[in-house]
Amino acid sequence: MSNASTNQETVHKVSFLDRESLHIPILKILQADGTPYEEAVLPQIDEALAKRIYDACVFTRVLDERMLGAQRQGRISFYMTCTGEEAAILGSAAALDDKDVILAQYREHAALRYRGFTTEQFMNQMFSNEKDLGKGRQMPIHYGTAALHYQTISSPLGTQIPQATGVGYSLKMKGERNVAICYFGEGAASEGDFHAGMNMAAVLKSPVIFFCRNNGYAISTPTEEQFAGNGIASRGVGYGMHTIRVDGNDMLAVLAATQQARAYALEHNAPVLIEAMTYRLGAHSTSDDPSGYRSKEEEAKWREHDPVKRFKLWMINKGWLAEADDEAMYERYREEVLAAVKVAEKIPAPRIDEIIEDVYDEPTPLLKKQLESLKAHVKKYPQAYPKTAGRL
Amino acid sequence: MAEMNMLQAINSALRIAMEKDPTMLVFGEDVGHFGGVFRATSGLQDTFGRGRCFNTPLTEQGIAGFANGLASNGTTAVAEIQFADYIFPAFDQIVNESAKFRYRSGNEFNVGGLVYRTPYGGGIAGGHYHSQSPEAYFTQTPGLKVVVPRNAHQAKGLLLASIRDKNPVVFFEPKRLYRASVGEVPEGDYELPLGKAEVVKEGKDVTLLAWGAQMEIVEKAAEMAEKEGISCEIIDLRTLSPWDVDTVAASVKKTGRLLINHEAPLTGGFAGEIAATIQEECFLYLESPIARVCGLDTPYPLIHEKEYMPDALKTFEAIKASVNF
Ligand SMILES: Cc1ncc(C[n+]2csc(CCOP(=O)(O)OP(=O)(O)O)c2C)c(N)n1
Repeated sequence: MSNASTNQETVHKVSFLDRESLHIPILKILQADGTPYEEAVLPQIDEALAKRIYDACVFTRVLDERMLGAQRQGRISFYMTCTGEEAAILGSAAALDDKDVILAQYREHAALRYRGFTTEQFMNQMFSNEKDLGKGRQMPIHYGTAALHYQTISSPLGTQIPQATGVGYSLKMKGERNVAICYFGEGAASEGDFHAGMNMAAVLKSPVIFFCRNNGYAISTPTEEQFAGNGIASRGVGYGMHTIRVDGNDMLAVLAATQQARAYALEHNAPVLIEAMTYRLGAHSTSDDPSGYRSKEEEAKWREHDPVKRFKLWMINKGWLAEADDEAMYERYREEVLAAVKVAEKIPAPRIDEIIEDVYDEPTPLLKKQLESLKAHVKKYPQAYPKTAGRL
Repeated sequence: MAEMNMLQAINSALRIAMEKDPTMLVFGEDVGHFGGVFRATSGLQDTFGRGRCFNTPLTEQGIAGFANGLASNGTTAVAEIQFADYIFPAFDQIVNESAKFRYRSGNEFNVGGLVYRTPYGGGIAGGHYHSQSPEAYFTQTPGLKVVVPRNAHQAKGLLLASIRDKNPVVFFEPKRLYRASVGEVPEGDYELPLGKAEVVKEGKDVTLLAWGAQMEIVEKAAEMAEKEGISCEIIDLRTLSPWDVDTVAASVKKTGRLLINHEAPLTGGFAGEIAATIQEECFLYLESPIARVCGLDTPYPLIHEKEYMPDALKTFEAIKASVNF
């Protein structure tokens, strides 16, 4: 008797529901000055965890700043920042077990750092050199590593959402005490894959945390032109899912929500939706110019809600961080990133043989033939294919 | 005439079509106020209002289904799919619905007056998902027209013809030429015929056939070959479905040789279809096997983009091999 029409209150006059009928509060724990709200219930966090989170925050800020610079200098072709969304990404990542599977959209490198991706590994991917785990096949920022349970980024939006449902179900069937977490933007939540993935997760009972970064824009499209409903959270409820909306710039709120979401997903073998309200402070990508669609004032207003600063103030209040140490940390990472850039850009590109590898588990006869004729061609015109000619 | 790049030419075509057809709507991801990520729709919202040029939510499936609905009810619909790589979420709506609306309803309903514009192709360091050439998935679908312009002038004339065609059209725009291809383009209204190839250059030893961004490549290869005394005839297919068998066959009957160049992978690519048909039409005239210079049978790579591409050097080598067979 699970049909929604049974056991329901009845009325005898027409009465419609609208988006306001659903009250979805926003969880906030930290105030702007870094002190918790009086009645706030703090997440489980100790000094070591706080430091691990903050370290990834600083690294991500530095990486974003440096790589934007590197892109402008023409050293890498493309970049996307996490700036402004660090609390959403790290607050959630820090609530997980390191073996929980992450399926990200593309702006979540802070979580990858938190898991232990090294500066060198970041650089190898961005410079598409022969040490890149993805073998130089995808654009910068499409990271992935099985060792850290972080699935490789795919550009088509939303495709990771039903996949996460599958990963969660697989974890459940194997009896592993792990969940999948799936990140996506509020724009990607318009894709058909979103609806398919959410519905399947709820019906099939897959332990997966759907984490929406509602950052205000999908490239140039503001949320008012993206959806007319009560955000993304209302849809979770619609699919029959445990749902929460959090202040995405509040590290502790995101951490608290995700810790409980994870516990619930494991206990009930069920999905949870978290909608984190945040803001994309930077351009969509290095190919984008936000001045064409939003005002400087709007961005400035959001800078006052800087999630890294808020968390830092909390750390300082706790006595877990000193201003001087903070500056030293930034400086150390600036040097480390710059040094890693210099190393990575000198490492050669993958060998040409790799072009036909991993299309299938084994190259097909036709692929082998194509490689042979390509190599013969490159040998004939080495000056035209400088990246590979010297390494045949 | 004015100097325009391809984006300006497309913009001009859309503007003219919207002026003349008050039902016409232009929509897609980011196409509204911002003018699209490539700026092809710049200024249209300012001129025609948010009702006629607008952002859609981020769903290609939705965009295509919506476009089908509009067109089936008599509204001219020009939908932008931000990159051809992202046309696949819309695949069902395009190949099962747009393509078959007329046939399955006995022409009770049709979606003439529907164009999907989408930037395709590589050469821009875009890796897998910003470089694909998916035209062959659509040429195998009866009911769709597939059009690919090679420069600004062609883009405007072919787009205007596509918008006014009575059939749904998938219009692939070579993004690496968007700003690079600049030329004289009439400011007014003109159409170039769909279904007709264009002989871009006459020659007598070998016919080179391509479309879109690869036209530049075959032209470069032809120059190299001419220096070796080989005379190339160059044809731009322009419309892949329905394609102009007669023009290609007449040329091959004259030159005795055919080389087809496309960026998409070799296997299952549209060159295979052309080769089979031309072999049938011109068997006794052929002096050498029909050559295909295409992308490799791999996903589109990033770092090995140059190696992957059917570039001018590979084309030049294939021309020589064909002539010296
Ligand atoms: C299927 C598909 N369509 C279009 C794109 C092009 N695209 C890349 S990012 C993006 C906007 C995504 O916005 P959102 O999901 O809100 O994430 P945000 O970038 O704001 O973090 C678009 C349209 C794509 N990658 N995939």
